[in-house]
Amino acid sequence: MSGAQEIDVAKLARMRAARYRKLVLAGRVGTLVFIVGAWQLLTDYKIIDPFFAGSPLGIIERLADWFTHGTAYGSFWYQIWVTMEESLLGFFAGVTAGVFFGVLLGEIPLLSDILTPYIKVVNALPRIVLGSIFVIWLGLGLPSKVMLAAVLVFFVVFFNAYQGVKSVDRNLVNHARILGASRLEVVWHVVVPSATSWIIASLHVALGFSIIGAIVGEFLGAQHGLGLVIATAQNNFDTDGVFGAMLIIGIIAISAEGLMAMAEKRLLAWRPARASENEAGGI
Amino acid sequence: MSKPTSGGDIVLAGVTKRFVTPTGQAMTAIRDVNLKIGAGKFCAIVGPTGCGKSTTLTLTSGLDTPSAGTVHVGGRQVDGITPGVGFVFQHDALLPWKPVIANVALGPQLRGASKTEARAQAREWLATVGLSGFEEHYPHQLSGGMRKRVQLAATLINNPSLLMMDEPFSALDVQTRAIMTNELMRLWEQSRPSVMFVTHDLEEAIAIADQVVVMTVGPATVKDVFEIDLPRPRGQIQDIRFDARFLELYKMIWTSLREEVERSYAMAAARKAGDK
Repeated sequence: MSGAQEIDVAKLARMRAARYRKLVLAGRVGTLVFIVGAWQLLTDYKIIDPFFAGSPLGIIERLADWFTHGTAYGSFWYQIWVTMEESLLGFFAGVTAGVFFGVLLGEIPLLSDILTPYIKVVNALPRIVLGSIFVIWLGLGLPSKVMLAAVLVFFVVFFNAYQGVKSVDRNLVNHARILGASRLEVVWHVVVPSATSWIIASLHVALGFSIIGAIVGEFLGAQHGLGLVIATAQNNFDTDGVFGAMLIIGIIAISAEGLMAMAEKRLLAWRPARASENEAGGI
Repeated sequence: MSKPTSGGDIVLAGVTKRFVTPTGQAMTAIRDVNLKIGAGKFCAIVGPTGCGKSTTLTLTSGLDTPSAGTVHVGGRQVDGITPGVGFVFQHDALLPWKPVIANVALGPQLRGASKTEARAQAREWLATVGLSGFEEHYPHQLSGGMRKRVQLAATLINNPSLLMMDEPFSALDVQTRAIMTNELMRLWEQSRPSVMFVTHDLEEAIAIADQVVVMTVGPATVKDVFEIDLPRPRGQIQDIRFDARFLELYKMIWTSLREEVERSYAMAAARKAGDK
């Protein structure tokens, strides 16, 4: 009797959860339809000016035109590729350097004490302005954007890696030393894995920064890329064009974020599952 | 594979350790500790909470250096990690990102064994501590008692000639603790390393040790050393508690220890009153 009741309770809970999920999904779709629909109707009836606000159909037309006929500086796919290439190269360069120096300075207190004021100064600088220097140094091509993206990524990752190294459990370090680990082996077996959860936490922000770096670099001066597409659209007062390029950038960022979440799951498989995990999809 | 260094007797002579607290004040953890532990002997150290028992182990294992005095192990002065030492820490020291098998295999691997060799040894040791079948589990998936077993395996796989144990079972429940202690005794009888075993539990100390050291309230020094002449093997530690000689020893050592515990309480109370 009680067994049957338990099954009923479980079944009911499952049904309630499924109904809730459907409700959330319907709400999401509804919100999208409402916003896009209202936007389209308000601009159709000239209640708001389509010249300034653009319109969903206008954006789709503009994108279709770009994808079929290309832009003034080559195919649209190529512009997307250039921006992605800049972001990815900048991301990997920044992460590698950030982890390396974070671990190095975390492990050698004297070095970090000497360099801390300088790092603070550079960090306090609005780093976007470095883009101008990089364009002067490295020209209008790919390297200046990669450099800007890498610098933005570097500081985020660096501070997290450093903090991660500093908060390593001394017990674990002692354990490894007793087992016969050399200084380097301690770093490899204990310090780096232990800092990994800190580093990974920074990668989400770093990924966004790498895209910002590439786009801003392209704003400052470029021959290709989505930043240039946006800058050109801006100069022509082409609102649909700006929104269209934004949409593409958003899609790239979300896909990259998804890949990152998968990598994170693999790398942190050893961690106890947290109860809040199912909330991650929500926000 | 490291062989046990022969003649692992431990001699602490006039050992003092001072720390500088984060506020810049000097704090003496232990002062003028003199202690001799014969090779292959099991020495239990008891004393009031926070009196520097752990510091004694850290200095003997070479994780830290004394401010004054010397530590010799097997006739050789400790300078850097003592060769052949094993250390079971009070808190979990397993690497949480490595599965159990990799945690146990770490010791041999760091000492130059190949991965397959190290894993084979680790598998044997996991079987010895009764954890076959848990090779691929991560530490957080095991209970506290199981994690301690893994820790024992990870330490003993290096075949230590010198074993430091810092309240290794204090986080376990009473039943698990009794089982683990019996297990430890069985493993110890097999290879007979010299052991320094810090504990709060006087019964446990007398039941397993050859020698019980009572330390004073901090800054700690050796107050008394009691030889435990109960015959070995002693069997289940749950049974030996009713032995007449055991009770006699217990009373004797407790008298010595109680003074220190009472002083420790009095000092804590005085400090509290001073804070107000």
